[in-house]
Amino acid sequence: MKIAVCVKQVPDATVHKRIDPQTKRLDRSGEGALNPTDLNAVEEAIRIKEAQVASGNGGEVVLVCLGPAKAVDSLRKALAMGADRALLVCDDAAAGSDLLATGKALAKALEREAPDLVLFGQASGDGDGAVLWAAVAERLRRPVISQAAELSVADGAVTGKRQTEHGYDTISAPLPAVIAVSDAINEPRYPSLKGIMGAKSKPQETLSAGDLGLDAGDVGETGSKTSVLELGPPPSRGDTVKLEDDGSAPQKILDYVVERRLL
Amino acid sequence: MKFLVFLEHHGGELEKGGLGALGKAASLGEAEGVVLGPGAAEVAAQAGVFGAAKVYACEDDALAAPLPQPRVDALATLVEKSGTDAVLFGASVLSADVAAGLSARLDAGLNWDLTDLVLEGEQLVGKRPALGDTVLVDVGWTGGPRLALVRSGALDPVESGGSAEVETFEATYSDFSTLATLLEQTQEESSGPSIEDADIIVAGGRGLGSPEAFSLLEELASALGGAVAATRAVVDAGWYPYATQVGQTGKTVSPKLYIACGISGAIQHKVGMQGSGTIVAINKDPNAPIFDFCDLGVVGDLHQIVPKLTELARSRRGGS
Repeated sequence: MKIAVCVKQVPDATVHKRIDPQTKRLDRSGEGALNPTDLNAVEEAIRIKEAQVASGNGGEVVLVCLGPAKAVDSLRKALAMGADRALLVCDDAAAGSDLLATGKALAKALEREAPDLVLFGQASGDGDGAVLWAAVAERLRRPVISQAAELSVADGAVTGKRQTEHGYDTISAPLPAVIAVSDAINEPRYPSLKGIMGAKSKPQETLSAGDLGLDAGDVGETGSKTSVLELGPPPSRGDTVKLEDDGSAPQKILDYVVERRLL
Repeated sequence: MKFLVFLEHHGGELEKGGLGALGKAASLGEAEGVVLGPGAAEVAAQAGVFGAAKVYACEDDALAAPLPQPRVDALATLVEKSGTDAVLFGASVLSADVAAGLSARLDAGLNWDLTDLVLEGEQLVGKRPALGDTVLVDVGWTGGPRLALVRSGALDPVESGGSAEVETFEATYSDFSTLATLLEQTQEESSGPSIEDADIIVAGGRGLGSPEAFSLLEELASALGGAVAATRAVVDAGWYPYATQVGQTGKTVSPKLYIACGISGAIQHKVGMQGSGTIVAINKDPNAPIFDFCDLGVVGDLHQIVPKLTELARSRRGGS
């Protein structure tokens, strides 16, 4: 079974994130890291592969990433966890791609790999967009299950337990399928020393948009149908009233909310 | 500008997220709604009160289960038929998937996590707080149809008292759209309003110390007529259900009053609740980050404060 995991490099959590006022894009010049919720997708892919191998079937986990050349540093972490190889789609023309253009490029890369299962993490740590998988599934013309808190693969089908606003939906789909996992699905492993050493020799391939049969107009800002017009300061909150509880806090809280006509 | 608003329904009621988007659409131009699934036509009529001039309903069996892909087929059919300029969605697990699928199907731009929409001349502009709401980004579309996902709770439904014409339509389905099937559905029953609908939310984090302490929050919420929410840490620990999780990997809420109990205020939680009208924080740690973005911060023991506050709220309710 071949499992592709779509991953993304985002600015490291310790980096102060900013949007470049010139390009109106996220400044990605600083230290990068694998998007935290993508680790859940990588972990799940490795677990599925391990189960397949244990039952005598073959398995392969391929990382698929659209991003700058330095994204290989982040891919190495997922390789160290146990992914088998990585495919980086790297093209200056693809910078500034919106959901539509990113989906197009990822779908092309996935068509080339033809995996049985495509996994996504829950949300990206930078753009906050938790929607990409459905666009990719549409392009691949394959079924999609999102927000999966549990996943099982058997008899050519995948079954996921989807978390919703109202409870849980158990959904089944024939393979190949596209799945977005919830961060509640597992606890990602830490790479072992052996894994870290081994990651360096795992195959990593870099392709351009052209290599995937994409025209320059398909990706980047020209392939996008949305644009950033302007950046402004967020709406501000007023001053904070802070007090230490000396026993009177409950009454003070009640007075405060009553005064503001919230009750 | 002509808008089509995707209206999700649950238990015979239209969901608040879609109705909020509908009210916004009605204030900006011509607003039409769409309701999908068996029983849709009956539910659709409710939308007139919230600003829809017309509501399309499709009752096909393919739309019975809450799955996104057949909905993409139905909406694609309808967008073509109705000649709409923009399609709006209130964010939910289902709506987000429908919006993104429709974006790919129609090759149409999708802007998401919008807290508002405005018209600048003839141009539709979305307002999107980004990077943990430290920047407000104006976003646009380079062509139509324009697709927009509105952040949950950002727009309140507005009752206009109108009535809607309901028109039924039939859709055709792609071969791959009906491959996924719903096997089982389990509802998490809760009393009182859901966190998306509540005007008052009482939320708990690790500082509660134990899952049992949630009963203190439930009592306070009940006294205030609100709902109980939780942080990711306590949901992951199994103290409270995922449906109540507020934050980056849960829901974004903006009630009128948010009472955070034993919540440190990590950025992942902050992004889910900082749009609340008034934030009251109770925490033992005077250095907790939540004190930097709340309106009223109380340094103290929630186990002491919350029960007394509940009592006071109850007697006020009883007395007034």
